[in-house]
Amino acid sequence: MVAATQKSARTALLKRAEVVGEFGEERWQQLRRAGHDLRLHALTHLDSYLAMAEEKVIAAGGHVHWARDAEEVHRIVLDIASQHSVHKIVKVKSMVTEEIELNHVLEDQGIKVYETDLGEFIVQLAGQRPSHITAPALHMTKEEIADLFCEKLKVKAEPDPKLLTEIARKLLREEFLNAGMGISGGNFLIAETGTLVLVTNEGNGRMCTSLPPVHVAIVGIEKIIPDWESAAVMLKLLARSVSGSKITAYNTFITGVREGGPREFHLVLLDNGRTRILKDEVARETLMCIRCGACMNTCPVYNQVGGHAYGAVYPGPIGSILTPQLIGTRTAGGLAFASTLCGACSEICPVMIPIPEILLHLRRRYIEGDEFESSSVPETLKVIVKASRYVMGSPTLYRLAGRLGKTLQTPLRSGDWIPTMPAPLDRWTMSRPFPALQGDFRRWWKTQTKQDISGEKSHE
Amino acid sequence: MKVQLFVTCLGENFLPHMLQKMVEILERIGVSCEFPEGQTCCGQPYFNSGFQKEGQKMALLWMKAFADAEGYIVAPSGSCVEFVKHRYPAMFPEGTAEHEEALKVAARVFEFSQFLVNILKVTDLGASFPHRVACHSPCHLTRGLGVREEQKLLLRAVRGLDLVPLNEEETCCGFGGIFSVVYPEVSMAMMEAKVRNIMAGAAEYVVVSEPGCLINIRGGLQKMKANIQAMHLIDILATGGAA
Repeated sequence: MVAATQKSARTALLKRAEVVGEFGEERWQQLRRAGHDLRLHALTHLDSYLAMAEEKVIAAGGHVHWARDAEEVHRIVLDIASQHSVHKIVKVKSMVTEEIELNHVLEDQGIKVYETDLGEFIVQLAGQRPSHITAPALHMTKEEIADLFCEKLKVKAEPDPKLLTEIARKLLREEFLNAGMGISGGNFLIAETGTLVLVTNEGNGRMCTSLPPVHVAIVGIEKIIPDWESAAVMLKLLARSVSGSKITAYNTFITGVREGGPREFHLVLLDNGRTRILKDEVARETLMCIRCGACMNTCPVYNQVGGHAYGAVYPGPIGSILTPQLIGTRTAGGLAFASTLCGACSEICPVMIPIPEILLHLRRRYIEGDEFESSSVPETLKVIVKASRYVMGSPTLYRLAGRLGKTLQTPLRSGDWIPTMPAPLDRWTMSRPFPALQGDFRRWWKTQTKQDISGEKSHE
Repeated sequence: MKVQLFVTCLGENFLPHMLQKMVEILERIGVSCEFPEGQTCCGQPYFNSGFQKEGQKMALLWMKAFADAEGYIVAPSGSCVEFVKHRYPAMFPEGTAEHEEALKVAARVFEFSQFLVNILKVTDLGASFPHRVACHSPCHLTRGLGVREEQKLLLRAVRGLDLVPLNEEETCCGFGGIFSVVYPEVSMAMMEAKVRNIMAGAAEYVVVSEPGCLINIRGGLQKMKANIQAMHLIDILATGGAA
């Protein structure tokens, strides 16, 4: 699983590096800066841009719904489904519907839901959740997928991507025509015209949003961008960062109800904790994310553990800052520590989200507590750390501790190494030996200085 | 020229011989070294673990130790330098005396290779090391401080040294301070990936100029019984010193 993840992530990174190289490093940095600035601008003027989008969507014949949380979306979607007696739904790949676990709710009501993105189709068939936000089945090999198709679809499947795609396509074609509703997320929402932007590579997005009689788009309120000019910037950044393409195969723009399209268009604008995140000046940049997945591809932690290990809808570096904010640091604060702060994520991020900075902010929230949440650690830990800080902060005690350490390590020592340390450092030595405390720099320094004074050596 | 030695807590306790060599190299090229004895740890382990208040207290003590000492502050660690350079000023609100003080030390502090190449404009130290050497790029030095070429410039000037490529040289080794004890299995997997890349190349030695990463990778090479030694850049620059 990890090998498949690493292989796919590496391929995506190489392709990205190639197109970014072609684009020109300096131009790319300017584009990132522009993307960052316009996303931050949109977030800090969210109220007026959302109102503008609502007005435009309604003027174009669409319906707009506001949802505070997952339950409100569930109710809205179920209501629309029952009004139209919907039994089958086709879906465009959407992380926000994963976030609110929409499929389970629909299926509990007897509605059949078909994920139509190939990767999503595969993970749905396997009963899993996506391990990557843009490549949901990136953790699986073609052999595993062929076995899955044989087992679940009762078909003969060869481990050949082309043939596997054919099988899924044949099955889904039927369902596009049968479905009573298409559900999508939204990559962006353009405020000036109320236009929903969908970016897909397989064309399934267009089928889902044009064949069924009703289209429901569920969009996080942070996806808003001011205008079409902004969309041009964002699409350039997104395509290159996701898959190393200059442009994604299908860019779909939907403004309300249009001729030949679905009879009804519903836009559901979801908060689900986003306005709370917005109040936090340090962490609000989390909401600038355009869900490209580049931070996952480049993250050395993600590459070792894979997406499922994060135990959350959004994996990888962005997930490590988003999840604790969505469900609370008390529950998910551990994720803020699942990083070496190596900075690879913020270096690649197309909108320059300072991920390590926000990780530190959330670590502080978890340990000390802040204006948003109280501390999640026991007082005893704080007392221990404070005592250690007292020792480390006093040159005298610090030197004494060093000397004490040298005495204490004697029985554990084997040459320059200590093979096994007592807890909590046994967690270090389970992987590699600990270095023995060595020498005495301060004493050496003193003898040096004495020599200087006696004139043997000059410091001039 | 005069510099203040910022020896770092990991350097002082685990790599004292490397520190001695750092002093020898600097003095050899006419830089006189001073050692502010009030220094202990810069506070990064506390701050980065979420104990920001304790980290701030350590920062105040560290600044006190260096405030009265004149000249550049030089350390054999990009991580500690980055912490002082970038984090200290951000840690105290603008307009406070602490913030002003932090800005002053931030402007003075440099990592060793950064100091040699960018401030002193020295790349050839007359060292000689006739071996195949790979060079790891520590995260905070590379991405944090933007020091990407300096180490290699210094290595290329070493007599007889054959600088060999290292696959994924900019990928983190899995140390990450507290990360290594909070997620030991993941840290190990990352360290092993790094060591495998080192072993897959032609190197007899690998340069790891960051005390934390050096301890991690050196331990990994030891555990995986690799016939390759990890060294600080300073260990190599101090060899055959006939400048």
